[in-house]
Amino acid sequence: MGKKDRMSGNEAVANALRQINPDVMPAFPITPSTEIPQFMATFAANGLIDTEFIPVESEHSSMSASIGAEAAGARTVTATSSCGLAFMWEELFIAASNRLPLALTLVNRALSGPININCDHSDSMGARDAGWIQLYAETNQEAYDNMIMAYRIAEHKDVRLPIMICQDGFITSHAVMNIEVLEDDVVKKFVGEYTPDDYLLNKERPMAVGPYAVSGFYMEAKRQQAEALRNVKRVALEVAAEYEQISGRKYGLFEEYRMEDAEYAVVIIGSAAGTAKDAVDRLRDKGIKAGVIKIRFFRPFPAAEITAALKNVKAVAVMDRCEGFSDHGGPLGADTISAMYQANLNAYAVNYIYGLGGRDVKVESILEVFAALQEIVSTGKVGETYRYLGLRDRKDA
Amino acid sequence: MSYNFKEWMNKPERLAPGHRMCAGCGGTIAVRNVLRALHEGDKAVIGNATGCLEVSTFMYPYTAWEDSYIHNAFENAGSTLSGVETAYRALKKKGKIDDTYKFITFGGDGGTYDIGLQSLSGAMERNHDMVYVCYDNGAYMNTGVQRSSATPMYADTTTTPVGKKSIGKLQNRKDLAEVIAAHDIPYVAQTTFVQNFKDLHVKAEKAIYTPGAAFLNIMSPCPTGWKYTPSDLLEYCKMAVETCYWPLFEVVEGKWILNYEPKKKLPVEEFLRGQGRFKHLFKPGNEHLIAEFQAEVDRRWEQLLYFCNR
Amino acid sequence: MNEFSKLNETTPWQELTEGMKIFTGGNSRDFNTGEWTTIKPVVNEEKCRHCLICTPVCPDSAIPVTESRRGTIDYAHCKGCGICAKACPFGAIEMKPVKPAEKR
Repeated sequence: MGKKDRMSGNEAVANALRQINPDVMPAFPITPSTEIPQFMATFAANGLIDTEFIPVESEHSSMSASIGAEAAGARTVTATSSCGLAFMWEELFIAASNRLPLALTLVNRALSGPININCDHSDSMGARDAGWIQLYAETNQEAYDNMIMAYRIAEHKDVRLPIMICQDGFITSHAVMNIEVLEDDVVKKFVGEYTPDDYLLNKERPMAVGPYAVSGFYMEAKRQQAEALRNVKRVALEVAAEYEQISGRKYGLFEEYRMEDAEYAVVIIGSAAGTAKDAVDRLRDKGIKAGVIKIRFFRPFPAAEITAALKNVKAVAVMDRCEGFSDHGGPLGADTISAMYQANLNAYAVNYIYGLGGRDVKVESILEVFAALQEIVSTGKVGETYRYLGLRDRKDA
Repeated sequence: MSYNFKEWMNKPERLAPGHRMCAGCGGTIAVRNVLRALHEGDKAVIGNATGCLEVSTFMYPYTAWEDSYIHNAFENAGSTLSGVETAYRALKKKGKIDDTYKFITFGGDGGTYDIGLQSLSGAMERNHDMVYVCYDNGAYMNTGVQRSSATPMYADTTTTPVGKKSIGKLQNRKDLAEVIAAHDIPYVAQTTFVQNFKDLHVKAEKAIYTPGAAFLNIMSPCPTGWKYTPSDLLEYCKMAVETCYWPLFEVVEGKWILNYEPKKKLPVEEFLRGQGRFKHLFKPGNEHLIAEFQAEVDRRWEQLLYFCNR
Repeated sequence: MNEFSKLNETTPWQELTEGMKIFTGGNSRDFNTGEWTTIKPVVNEEKCRHCLICTPVCPDSAIPVTESRRGTIDYAHCKGCGICAKACPFGAIEMKPVKPAEKR
């Protein structure tokens, strides 16, 4: 089923893109995603891909040009991180509302300020309501696999939405891991040719994109977009099933780790899920029924499926690698806990802010979270639900 | 490139009626006459920055454009079309497209001189095979006549209102054609609606059919923002050229060429008079303001003559 | 009427075009802007020499040309700006009030 290799997360995604051979890639450098456009420009320079690389003058233009290229009928990709994504902000909504299935490989990094180049999820979480599909990776392997599945999901006729393939800055993007890479022709066959029904360069009939829509149309336009995002769940599982056939690796909307009889659970996104799994293993060795839910798709948010997986737990800690500034918790916390309420779950729930700006998350940190959950269950007292993990606090605070 | 007026008028219309631009709008006159320069059989993708033109020509579900059209946002018409043009090259290379397409994007002075300048600069510098057309009416008309960097000195706009302690906009207008010429692209030109559109048609055809990036700056009067009688549009264009307020020139491969020199350069009042936005300049005691305006027109004209080796 | 022009503010969301894109050209013709005006250009056919100068000056593409001859002014779209009347070198176009009954 492919061959073993060792590469960084950026290299893994770039290699997936080499195999996909997209038509156009506009991009602008920003740490820690810079290597991806560098790899692609180099592949193009050496004739390994046909991709037309556009060295644009900003991320705003990389997303603008991506929208133009995708609307024109070209399979398009761009890459960015942090402030680059923030600079694209307005364009993200336009890509989605135009129903353009372009791909953005995002290497998560903290937003300024203060300026910081390390991992957290404040960049993509800031874009969570833009109408994009968002999927996250724990490992380099997952980043590679997600990239290969991305266009099949985004371009599906019931979806046709842009897709953001996220991985953790430096933690996976720069760390070299063993991964299994599929054969080029297998990927090519799996991804297939891009054949949109309508596009700007379609000689059969012209197309006009980006209208002014008055109040009598706007709300219906948004409802239509919401339906497309809803369809992602079904399509993603179909694509995952097919991908399992060629890769042997199984993917769902999220991953349940030792959740079957779990009493204490952590819901988490990205590379720190690996750390949480180690913590769970240690607790399980002691007979404590701990488990992890690792989010793969954050948009659409698989609310019903996640609450089904949580229905027997006694306490949940939702982990946000992003400060939501709601004075109440982070975005994953808000979505998860409101879904639990709607599903009539009786579990205790707290929301942790952790790992901001690259703050290290150790197994011990996650053990601390599970200990807190056990404390809540044993005392019946939740206390503060909006918590920080790994924060240096004053002794008397 | 030959020019036969009647032949050109026989060409099919590529901007349909039924758009919602104001009566007497100069913007659509610019668009229609640029698009007429496309050779029959050639297809086009039109780009458009947000502005009057966009909200009026593609109001769901009606498009006025006969060709494929993309509006993205206010500030990115240059980069959006550079993506389209690149897609064309990519798909052509792969043998997925065989027709000839041309790429033309329109922006007002707000989307071009100001908020879209970076995107435009990038697209020009990368030398995409496209034409960026600025229909310059000298203010943000779509939002209700606010000043732009294309607004001429002393104009009364809603963000530079004339009042007891204000004489309108204090700064000179930016010379964008010169800025774009400094990008060292193959073709830059400035024109407006004079000479039965010969100057505009010839320049539009050169811009579209010169390989690489091209920029056209077209003064397009706005009766709403300039506050004049709509039927007088052509008169203002003529006076803008005859006073040397809006000279006709091209920059071809870096070489500046003056296309028209009035036999007798008229005083700038001939252009300013009748426009409500300059009404205050004609009040007794404000003669010095017109003199300053004239001095600026003269300075720019002399500079242009110098660039053109005249 | 163009099929896309039939979409309107009673159309359910499921039936609007995907991404609000329109897959045709020039269907704005189905939208009447002629009713905006109170004056309209009227051509004196005897004076008109079909020089066609009125055509490119029209902001509303309302003065068509067929085989080098000016066609009938499109009153369904003419907004009555009067530029054509001023442009005509032969004084062949006159702006006249639109009678209420003529409004469409």
